[in-house]
Amino acid sequence: MCLAAPMQLINIDGETGTARMNAVRQAVDLSLIESPAVGDYVIVHAGFAIEKLDRKRARQMFRALNTLIERRARHEKA
Amino acid sequence: MKKHDSAHHSMIRALIERIKTLPVPGEGVTFMEVCGTHTMEIARAGLKKMLPPHIRLTSGPGCPVCVTPISYVDKAIALCREKNCVVTTFGDMFRVPGTASCLERERARGADIRIVYSPIESARVARDNPGKRVVFLSVGFETTTPGIAATILHAGDAEIRNLFFLCANKTVPHAMDALLAGGKAALDGFLCPGHVSAITGSLPYRAIAARHNVPCVVAGFEPIDVVRAIAMLLVQTAEGRHDVEIEYDRVVRPEGNRKARDIAERVFEPADAEWRGIGTIPGSGLRLRGSFACVDAEQVFDLSHVVSREPRGCRCGEILAGAILPPACRLFGKKCTPEHPVGACMVSSEGTCAAYYTYEQ
Repeated sequence: MCLAAPMQLINIDGETGTARMNAVRQAVDLSLIESPAVGDYVIVHAGFAIEKLDRKRARQMFRALNTLIERRARHEKA
Repeated sequence: MKKHDSAHHSMIRALIERIKTLPVPGEGVTFMEVCGTHTMEIARAGLKKMLPPHIRLTSGPGCPVCVTPISYVDKAIALCREKNCVVTTFGDMFRVPGTASCLERERARGADIRIVYSPIESARVARDNPGKRVVFLSVGFETTTPGIAATILHAGDAEIRNLFFLCANKTVPHAMDALLAGGKAALDGFLCPGHVSAITGSLPYRAIAARHNVPCVVAGFEPIDVVRAIAMLLVQTAEGRHDVEIEYDRVVRPEGNRKARDIAERVFEPADAEWRGIGTIPGSGLRLRGSFACVDAEQVFDLSHVVSREPRGCRCGEILAGAILPPACRLFGKKCTPEHPVGACMVSSEGTCAAYYTYEQ
């Protein structure tokens, strides 16, 4: 139940915003984190950003995740 | 491990080979993964079978749905039978059996029960249905509670007066402490929950580590995170240390998320709480502060007629305390399956019995 996903903020409007992970976009409440900014990577749980991620570590994580997804897709095609 | 990339798999294998060389005292060590999400990832990745037999993992009480008492489920059922009442809930609660029914069955009978992804959706349901009373089933640990508190504050600001909360929110460190203090589990270390710790930080575990002489490591949720955290626990064990360390440092800071905690503390205050199968743990729950009594479903609705009874033969309590494994329960895999669950541990996607049934049989 404590599942949460890393996403990147692409839009902010007051205390809400839009976050994305690849093609998935969703509305996110930002009232629980300090000074959110467009481009920040956040951990999203039940519609709320609950923590920011270190940008460098988050980019590494997203790259690794995308590599996994691509490899799996290639594997499934084969 | 089928679902994981081969490079990732090789890294895990290499790390486990290194783990095998670390010294372990006596008859080995037992570490508890407290969090239900860890339980499911460990089972999915087959990590228990990859570890040497002297390094044992046992599951803890870290699935909020599993530890919610049956009386709570029965109250939720009573609420959904009220006239003009809508119950909103996280999907995990939907199939948890109460004494005589469950929410899924009540909806099939015509009750207005809506599954929401976020508590914020409950405020929208209330706003769009001004003639109805909407009750959100407020269940969760520190990860979830701040969002629920923020929803209560948002709803107050928006003057939404028909939204109520049936609260059974709990705090994880108290349960960890109680497991060891009560002698319910003999443990050599804790894999602490990653997303609970994003809010609490790692500091609350210090007292537990010091009081019970157990190392604690906050772990992430990829299989490689879990294996790294096990390695960190083993190093502490070998060095005779009982420290709190963070493996999941891309997310968790020692001080946690102060702003989220402040919002939760504005709305909730500590209270004793009943953990299903474990009993009452002092200070391990959260109740709404007096100034929020007007949204507290326990106070707004008359639930005094609700009578509950635990299912006969169910051993979820001992499983949640790490005292037995699921197959030790006579109901496991026979009367109690994911299709027809008896205990909450078989219902929740993160329940120990569900994980064991799906991946480890």
